[in-house]
Amino acid sequence: MTDLSVASSPASPRLPNDVWAAPPLLVLAALFFYPLSLILRQALFGDEGAFTLSHFGEVVGSPLFLDGLHHTLVIAVSATAGCLLLGFILSLVIAFVPFPGARLVGRLIDTFIALPTFLVALAFTFIYGSSGLLNESLMRLLHLPLPPIDFLYSQWGVILSEVTVYTPFVMRPLLAAFSLIEASQIEVASSLGASPLRIIGQIILPAALPALIAGGSLCLLLTVNEFGIVLFIGAKDVITLPLLIYDKAIQEFDYTTACVIAVVNVALSLGLYSLYRLAVAHFAGSRAGLV
Amino acid sequence: MATPVPSHLLRSDIATAGEARSALSTAAAPSLADRRVRGIGFKDVTVAYGGLVVLDALTLEVRSGEIVALIGPSGSGKTTALRAVAGFVRPTRGRITIGDRDVTNIAPYARNIGMVVQNYALFPHMRAEENVAFGLRARGASQAVLRERVAESLRLVGMEAYAKRYPRELSGGQQQRVAIARALAIRPQVLLLDEPLSALDAQIRRSMLDELAKLHRELPSLTVLYVTHDQTEALTLADHIGIMRDGKLIAFGASRSLYRHPPNRFSAEFLGRANLLPVTSVQPIGRGLAEVRFGEAVLAATNPHGLPQGADCLLCVRPHDLRLRQGEGGHNALAGIVESVQWQGEANSIVLDVEGHRLRLTCAPLGEPPEPGTPLALAFDPHVVTLVPETSGD
Repeated sequence: MTDLSVASSPASPRLPNDVWAAPPLLVLAALFFYPLSLILRQALFGDEGAFTLSHFGEVVGSPLFLDGLHHTLVIAVSATAGCLLLGFILSLVIAFVPFPGARLVGRLIDTFIALPTFLVALAFTFIYGSSGLLNESLMRLLHLPLPPIDFLYSQWGVILSEVTVYTPFVMRPLLAAFSLIEASQIEVASSLGASPLRIIGQIILPAALPALIAGGSLCLLLTVNEFGIVLFIGAKDVITLPLLIYDKAIQEFDYTTACVIAVVNVALSLGLYSLYRLAVAHFAGSRAGLV
Repeated sequence: MATPVPSHLLRSDIATAGEARSALSTAAAPSLADRRVRGIGFKDVTVAYGGLVVLDALTLEVRSGEIVALIGPSGSGKTTALRAVAGFVRPTRGRITIGDRDVTNIAPYARNIGMVVQNYALFPHMRAEENVAFGLRARGASQAVLRERVAESLRLVGMEAYAKRYPRELSGGQQQRVAIARALAIRPQVLLLDEPLSALDAQIRRSMLDELAKLHRELPSLTVLYVTHDQTEALTLADHIGIMRDGKLIAFGASRSLYRHPPNRFSAEFLGRANLLPVTSVQPIGRGLAEVRFGEAVLAATNPHGLPQGADCLLCVRPHDLRLRQGEGGHNALAGIVESVQWQGEANSIVLDVEGHRLRLTCAPLGEPPEPGTPLALAFDPHVVTLVPETSGD
């Protein structure tokens, strides 16, 4: 009788997990960490090559930077608030008010996620711009010498464009959260005497809170770093941190200042991302199952 | 205990859908006494979705303090009827009343109803006590009333010790108790129960059934509309039962009466799995009995529906009303061949072939059960079997 154990080939040695992790880490380092480290190096060492925090002091204290930071935060917070409000209302209607084509509307809104952000800004110039459809119609109708609608080339134009572009980012998780709410909960609440507003506030909103936080955080992150819309709108006196980086690096060749602002921008993004993770952990941990 | 529907029912204590409808029309001008006891009224209520009728001209009245169960197979329209009372389904025709109020066009939140559904529908982010308090808060109850009612409602369902727990920390039976407390806390005019025990396992379902019966003893003025597909729940709890099929109410009557004297084939088969033998009515023999012919045998049975002489009808015999007997012949005797015998713990179930018809008999466990293929003699009391018209109930 043959000894099978002798006949069988020895087991091939297993590679340690670290080996499998190495290739993606190397790719990540080459494509992400290394360029980022170059920006950090430029910000800290400048063109002179000696470590100094003076560049930070100069840039962070300058009125241009503070104005950029102010605009970045105001636009990001306002646009996020607008996205949350509009996204919540639209999602409520799509999810809970049956109307023909609700699913199609949901899909159409989804397609916005796939479009380049500046496309909306371009479309808005055709509608709300000085020679846009709305202004031309109003001027012809009311015999006005100047365009009456003049908000597009301001901070409000940027905010409106960002709200239009980023609302689907709030709606996607919201619609998923709404689909998990049992219709019977809403029916029972109604039978108990709750008005539609109370049902929204006390049943739907708590259930949708994690989705709202997730969608809102994502919006905030994206709007803080939004570049295309701000550039395309070209609003007068509206400069944000990404636009400031572009100006300094590409137009003025002031790479050190651009890198300092980029580091602040990255820190701001990471800070927001940390807040988002904390919020998600809070709902997924201590209050798991409650919402 | 009679509804306005069965004024007629009071005579024979039997009613079909048609009888229920005609009886309601007599209630068009109710006396003051009748008005005081009105719970839920359906008058010619029809619900259709895009031309598909799911509830067909339902006319029915549930008296105040009564439990009426609507039973029927899936798609029979029983849940639609309940949802129409709740206001979640708008009738395409007809009227619904709660008490003296026409609620047909009133929003669900203004109807003063309590509702309990199969999947409990507790609000997951609220503790048990907050769930119970929800309806009271929605109605603007004061803190004192709120505290008192929440405690009282939880006590009523034996859940006062679990007030601080979240739904996910409760078992299915406990969650359903909280759901019942939540529905009762607002002191609703009517309580709507939509298959409330279907999601529970058999043992908890039995105990919840006892609890619901106890609850109704403690709240005798509560009007309950109970929708179920489980005949045991309906027979245990309901004062009256309505049997539905294809959107129509095909039978309605006092539970015991409907079980004993089903008005049509479907009711006999759906409520209690009756044995139905095709017979021909021969002649009345007094005391509500009639003689019928089954093959060569002449049998006696009650004839509550007044079936005429010579009519082809069905003899409805419940499995537990058949008894084994020694020898052949005698009154109301049948002979059959045993097909199968099943031991079911507390009973034996025997299936026999009686002149080509399958008959089921249940009896106390037998020391020596008969073998399949052996002949067996049966008999029954003529007062517990009934003649049923050979109609489906449509």
